[in-house]
This record gives sequence, structure tokens and C-alpha cells, in this order.
Amino acid sequence: MRRFAQLMELLALTPSRNRKIEALSEYFRETPDPDRGYALAILTGAMTFKNVKPAILRDVVLAEVDPHLFALSYDYVGDLGETIALIWPHHGDTEPLPSLSDLVELFNMTSKAELPRLIGSLLTRASINERWALVKFATGALRIGVNARLAKTALAEMSGKDLQDIEEVWNGLSIPYTDLFDWLEGRAERPEIDHTARFHPLMLSNPIDEEKDLATLDPAHWVAEWKWDGIRVQIIAAKGRVSMFSRTGDDIAAAFPDIVDNVFGDGVLDGELLVGEGFEPLPFNDLQQRLNRKVAIGKHLQTLPAFVRVYDMLFQGGTDIRSLSWTERRQHLETWFAQHPQTRLDLSPIVPFTNWDELAEIRRRGAAEHGHEGVMLKLRSSPYVPGRPKGLWYKWKRDPNVVDAILMYAQRGHGKRSSFYSDYTFGVWKGNEIVPIGKAYFGFTDEELKQLDKWVRNNTVASFGPVREVSKELVFEVAFDSAQQSGRHKSGIALRFPRINRIRWDKPANEAATLEDMQVFLTAT
Amino acid sequence: MIPFLERNLRITPIDAYIDPPVPRARAIITHGHADHARAGHGAVLATPDTIAIMKVRYGEDAAQRFQPLEFDTPLQVDDVSITLKPAGHILGSAQVLMEHKGQRIVVTGDYKRLPDRTAQPFELAECDLLVTEATFGLPVFQHPRPLDEIGRLLRSVQTFPDRAHVIGSYALGKAQRMIALLRDAGYDAPIYLHGAMIRLCELYVERGIDLGELRPSLEASKAELAGQVVIAPPSAIKDRWSRRLPDPVLAVASGWMSVKQRARQSGVELPLVISDHCDWNELNQTIAETGVSKVWVTHGREDALVYQCRKNGLEAEPLNIQAYEEGEEGDA
Repeated sequence: MRRFAQLMELLALTPSRNRKIEALSEYFRETPDPDRGYALAILTGAMTFKNVKPAILRDVVLAEVDPHLFALSYDYVGDLGETIALIWPHHGDTEPLPSLSDLVELFNMTSKAELPRLIGSLLTRASINERWALVKFATGALRIGVNARLAKTALAEMSGKDLQDIEEVWNGLSIPYTDLFDWLEGRAERPEIDHTARFHPLMLSNPIDEEKDLATLDPAHWVAEWKWDGIRVQIIAAKGRVSMFSRTGDDIAAAFPDIVDNVFGDGVLDGELLVGEGFEPLPFNDLQQRLNRKVAIGKHLQTLPAFVRVYDMLFQGGTDIRSLSWTERRQHLETWFAQHPQTRLDLSPIVPFTNWDELAEIRRRGAAEHGHEGVMLKLRSSPYVPGRPKGLWYKWKRDPNVVDAILMYAQRGHGKRSSFYSDYTFGVWKGNEIVPIGKAYFGFTDEELKQLDKWVRNNTVASFGPVREVSKELVFEVAFDSAQQSGRHKSGIALRFPRINRIRWDKPANEAATLEDMQVFLTAT
Repeated sequence: MIPFLERNLRITPIDAYIDPPVPRARAIITHGHADHARAGHGAVLATPDTIAIMKVRYGEDAAQRFQPLEFDTPLQVDDVSITLKPAGHILGSAQVLMEHKGQRIVVTGDYKRLPDRTAQPFELAECDLLVTEATFGLPVFQHPRPLDEIGRLLRSVQTFPDRAHVIGSYALGKAQRMIALLRDAGYDAPIYLHGAMIRLCELYVERGIDLGELRPSLEASKAELAGQVVIAPPSAIKDRWSRRLPDPVLAVASGWMSVKQRARQSGVELPLVISDHCDWNELNQTIAETGVSKVWVTHGREDALVYQCRKNGLEAEPLNIQAYEEGEEGDA
């Protein structure tokens, strides 16, 4: 654990990406199996302990520390794991902590009832730095500026293998990755992966820069589709078994039996998960009700039937077609649909256009009349490249909706922004009162954040714990993708993807929007 | 018993102020940091070290009149007896013990309990009312052993022999303590100083504190600084000044550095948790040991310490003398 804690500290504090990669590959080189595999699993977010929840850790600490003092401390530090590490009042520091693999074993074997005692004794045995790393290891909430990509890059660095090859085998591997390390260190062949049974990394798009990019692109080489407002999924159908993964590779099949029970034919498909009757997509809010559930609830299967709008094909049957051009893959996809009638899958239609101005007009109308989020542009000759390759796929989002809203409450941020009031709740006029319509915590620069923080501190009218109510004077121009009806908010409106577009230091609050002004956004969606 | 000290630290019977933020006719100065020692007072009472520091920082005419008072030597002013007790914070730092009609009041100034050979060691004074600082008045502040932190620094120096280690340290007190700690750990290579450090280090040496070989960093070539330790004010380490250093490891020595997210946020690669203030446990220990029944809390996170005192059955109040909202002043 000591070595892992040192690595974690270095990763958290070293600003240089190269130095992080160096430190990781050195750690992987020097640490024996299976410890390094568990470290890799934690760093890539592949492993969590189902019983070790932040709430348990909090309880363990509150049994030892006055709750009011804990609350003041958490408010100051801003990170639960770090607060726990720093505030723990007992310091044994005599026996070393167990190794990572022993810890994994302990966390998995210990019953829920016994877990607090185990965690307490580990915290006491640890040094400050180990305690910090231990809490992060146990909860999986690292927040040290490391992601899976960086860890895999370090694996490539340590072994001289190609990063793409590592990505390819990655999803077929299981913790603690001994077969992977055997291959990386030349003791074994590349692990055999059944390519039809595993998640394949997705191809992602870049936002288009209308002024810079469009002028250089020849419309004849590009194809357009609507940008659907659901979630990206990958369906894998092979040998009578169907699975469905989210864009991060989480298996979400259990929550969508209506889809996985109704895929006919084999292949690997890329598309958008949506809900609605007869392939008519409902707003994202409705889909949200079905997301974040481990299993579907019966009522939703009736009221919110799911379907997938398919736009690409990675495997036709068992054959990998990712190296073919988009045009050829589309042909395969259309043939596949023709051969296999579907009830829960449909094809994302092509949007015909001849020049960019025409497409801009189509995009504008699509937003106004159907609430479309924008269009996707795909290079006809492009293969399916995992990751976010430059110049192959673009998203061209519609112009955001904007509204002038009034800042009502501010809350301290967490992590990097823990000392700043960086989470803002804003509202619009409803008669003589202001009702909240949403919350945003980005869209401003660091410099603006400082100014906002100062403004909040100087204009506080009341404090409730970490929340400050401010005088209703500051206007934000808030941008958002769409507005929907919502019973959850007093205003009856929920914004999708709100962000602070501009701070209107100049604008008086009485010129901000009213709830009536918001109605136009609702009808447009 | 009504205290003969007011909440703005005015000693009523003799019309003198302790560490006043604005010019006063009579001031007692606990130590030389800028938020406690300001120029422009009439008469200043302080330890000889503190007076020397004020003269270096503000000039010979920093006050109209200086009156040195040695530690543990009671001075009778009208019917108030004043004694300066060592506070252990920096060279010359003092607590002010006042006695009047059988009532004893102590104003700690900034203080720490850990040994530090660059400051006279803290002495406990029993009293009826204690005015304590609370810079690190939250239970998350539990400072590690300074020598362990020096160990982390030396390990890093060994790991990166081609990089300079620049340690952001407050020019008065922290810089000299860091040098002394390095020396005591056996580090005997020359230590390089940013220009802002030089005069105060000389003063410490003049007053009998051995700091080993010191060199101005300005005169060293980039190549010479590889693998060396450079001490600079925290504001300089991310400034253009640090570009003259070879691929520097940015370190900061401060009690604030215990919060890693904070260190990360300010781009500090090697946070060294070395503080010249009491941590939470030492603050509470000190309050208990003085045997007081009444505590005033100032300079820092008053809320938590006031809460803890009241929980322990003491009368406690925050003073709110100066608002350091985030408390990130430099001398911690």
C-alpha cells in the first residue's frame, strides 16, 4: 500500500502528463502480480467494492469525530475522502497496511456489518498519505487527474506495444489482468478475445468550427444525419445472445429487456438509445427515467418503450468491417436490416443536402420544428476508428437557446474549486417572485469565477450550511440545449445542459426573463 | 470578572494595543510578520529580536520609539504588569502576559509547540483569559512531523538530480526554519536564496542562528542549480523568476499544504506540510494546559475552536479582528 500511496500522490500533484506516464509505467514494471493488476483496475475505474460506499466511510468517521466539526471541515476541504484522511483522530502507524490484493480480498469478504470496524482499523494503521490513498482506493473516487486512457498509455510505454492493440484486448480482460501483463512482458501471446462478445471502443466526433472547418470541407465527401438526443449504445448480437453497452462500456442490457429480447440477426451495431412509441422519440427527460436503473420496472416497459436508432455497423455477423469505409459499412447495415426485420431497431435516415448553406438551413429548421439537437457529419471514406480521431466525424449542434436569469443561490464547489462559490442556482420572474429554473457550474473562466466568488461573498443575504442566498441582482445569460416540463421544480421547467454563457454585470435584474418567456422553448422541443 | 483587555486588544488601564492594524500611540508587538507588526506607531514595546526585524523590514524609523523587553522580565506600566513569554512561532515571537488586580490575561500572538531552533521555545503561561490564534483551527489540521516532511524533500532531490527544487517559503521565519531543518537532517550542500530572503537570513545569522552556507541564486548559473535547493517567496515560484531554474520542482512549505486538492489547484508539485502554527490538537492541548475558563479566538477558523471550547465547558467567543476569509496568508 505504501508504494501505491506514493504513486497516487505523485499522480495527483504532477502537472506533467509525461511524468505521470513515466511514474505509472515504473510502478507497473516494479510491482508484482496481482497487486499491479488491482492498481490498474482502480486507476481505470474498472473495479469498485459494492459494500464500500461513501456513506459507510462517513459513518465510520462520525463515530469518532463530532458531526459539527466534521461538517465544518468537509466544507473547508471540499473532498470527502480527503476530509476523512485528514480528520481521522487515531494514529497507529506501527503495522504496515495489507497489500492491495489483500485489501481487495478484505473488502469483498467482509460483511456489511463488519465493514465499519475493518475500515476503522485500517485508517488507524495508515500514515496520513496512505489514509488518503486508502479512502480513494476503497471508494474508487480518485479525482487525481488520471483516466483509463492515461493508464493504458503507460502500459504501452512500459511494454513497447501499440496503444491501439491494448485498447483492442482491453475489454476482454478480467481483473487482475495477469494475462495482459504476461503478454506485455513477452511471456505469453496476446490474449485471445472473442471479438463478437466484447464491447468495442466507440468512434466519437468533434464539434465543428463553422468558420474554420466548413470552408475547407467538400460537401460531396460528407454525409449528414440528425443528431439524436438519447444515449449512445453498442449492441452486440452473437450466437443467440444479445448484450448492450453504454458509451463507457457499462453493460446496460438488464435495464432494457425490451431491446435485447428483440434483436434479430448477429452483428455489432452502433446507435442511439431512445424511448417512445412507434419510433417517435420522446424528450430526453423521459429516457432519463429508464436510465440509472439496474433493472427495468414493469410500468416503464409499457409507458416508455425503448428502441435503438442504428447508424453504424462494426461487425456484420462475425466479420469485422471496421476498416471499411462509411459508405461500405452503411451498405452492409442496410442489407442487414433488409434481411432481418426488426421491431425495436430502426435505421437513422440520411439527411440529403448539396451545400453547407442548405444544410445550415435544414439544421435550423430541424431545431425549430422538431427540436433536433443538430446534425452529424461523417466522411464517406472514413473507416470506423475508435477514440476521437480528428477530421472524420463532426457534430454540428444547433445554436443554443439562451435566457437571462437571475442568480439566487451559490454553493461551494468541490475538488479543485472547493474554496470557491462555483455552483449557481438561477431563476426567472413569476409575477413578483423569482422561481428557480436550474443550476450551472461551468461556462465561465477562472478569472470570472474569482469575480463571481467575490460578488457572492459581498452580496450574501443568508447562509444555509454551504449554500449562500444572494441578493437578487446579478443576471446570467444562461445557454441550454432544451427546456422540458418538469414536476420536480417549482417553476415547472427543467433545462437540459445549462451553462453560464455570459455574466451580465450590466443588466438590471428586472430586465431578466419571465416564466412566460420560457414557454416558447417548451413548445419548440 | 470584567477583562481589562478589550476585544480589539486594547489594554484599557494603560491605553496600549497589542498588534494594532492601524497606527497607535502605544503598541505591543508580538512578532515581526506584517499582519502583526506594522510601521507608524508611536511607542513600540517588543522583544529585541522583533525590534531588529521591524527595523530591517521598515527602516530605523519604523516607530517613533522602540522599547526592548527581554523574555520573562516583568515590566510594570502603571498598575499593569507586562511579561513577554516565548511563543515559538519565529525568532523573537512572544505571547503577551498581562496582570492587573489579580487578573491574568495572555494574548498568544502566533505560536507553535514543536521544537524549532530558529525561535525561542514556547512557554506555557497559566491565565484567566486566553486570547488564542486559530490559524489551523479545524480538526483536519494535524501536522505531520517536520523531519518526515524534510525526508520527502530529500527523497525528491535524490530522485530528480537534474532538477532544481524551489521551496516557496515565507521570507521571515519559514525560510530560516526550512534551512535549519535541512541542516539538522545532515544536508550540507549550499542552499540558494531568492533575493528577498537574503537580508532576513543574514539577520538570523547575526543573532546567532547557524544556517550553513547560503548563496544568492541570482549569481548561480542554470547548470549550477541542477539538483540544488532554492528558497524563494511563495509568490516567486510561479513567477518569471523561476524560469532561470532548471526544470524546477515547485514545492511549498506551509501548514496549508496538508490539503492535497489545494496544493494541486495551485500547481504545487511537492507540498511540504511544515507549519509555524499549532495544529488543531496543539491548540486544544494549550487551551487545556493554561487552565483558563474563558477563551477568545482570533486569526483563523474561529468557529470550530469556539465550538470545541464551549463543548468542553469553557466560555468562548470569536473576536473577528481581521477577516482572513480563506486564511491563506503567507506565514503559515
